Amino acid sequence: MPVDQSLVGRTFPPTAPHPITEEQVRDFVAATGEEYAGGPAPATYPIVLAFDAMNAFLEAESIDLFRIVHGEQKFAYERPVVPGDVLTATLTVGSLRQIAGNDIIGTTSEVTDASGALVCTTSATLVHRGPEA
Amino acid sequence: MLETQTYTITRADLVRYAAASGDHNPIHQDEAVATSVGLPGVIAHGMYTMALAARAVSTWFPGAEVVSFGCKFTNPVVVPAEGGVEVEVAGEAKEADGLTTVALTVTCGGQKVLGMPKAVLRA
Repeated sequence: MPVDQSLVGRTFPPTAPHPITEEQVRDFVAATGEEYAGGPAPATYPIVLAFDAMNAFLEAESIDLFRIVHGEQKFAYERPVVPGDVLTATLTVGSLRQIAGNDIIGTTSEVTDASGALVCTTSATLVHRGPEA
Repeated sequence: MLETQTYTITRADLVRYAAASGDHNPIHQDEAVATSVGLPGVIAHGMYTMALAARAVSTWFPGAEVVSFGCKFTNPVVVPAEGGVEVEVAGEAKEADGLTTVALTVTCGGQKVLGMPKAVLRA
């Protein structure tokens, strides 16, 4: 079933505050074959916050995660994520198109810290593969 | 001249990445689910491949602040059940106005897997 067009422009509630620990950053770095030596988290780390927001969005719209593939991802950083941050992501649906039975969903998530300051803006294009695709 | 970096991705890496990133999409772990949605097999998280591209950038420019980073996911990286698959990350850097722009080329088996991957750094 195609995704509801009325979603465009909708902003979802901010995700629950997510405390970033050294252990979480270490696990993330280790998964890509490196050893964490302290300091800022890697550049793609904010995707963890974006996933919090995307998972909540997909659940709210009853979209199956296994039908989603990632089309595009961009990050614009105000500052790197560091352990000790308590971060929240707020997702807005920016665009929605249907191409060949697939929904192309453009989302932007703003990641903010405990003081409300912007840490980074992440834009994701999600491809929702239709059953016949 | 930036030295091309080669990384190997295994299914075990994907399981660890799923736990660490919170992306538990089964297309990255379960062959049956992946093929049911028309994929050629278990594929790496696009974000996993993007993380490897970031790893290359941080190897080339240790400690540099990343201002922006983006790419398209144009071809899936299929990860076999046994052994692993190699991904190569090459880059070319240009400087302007105090910023370094790194244009990346990320390939698997000679085929580009990321579209227009680009990182902008403040050195």
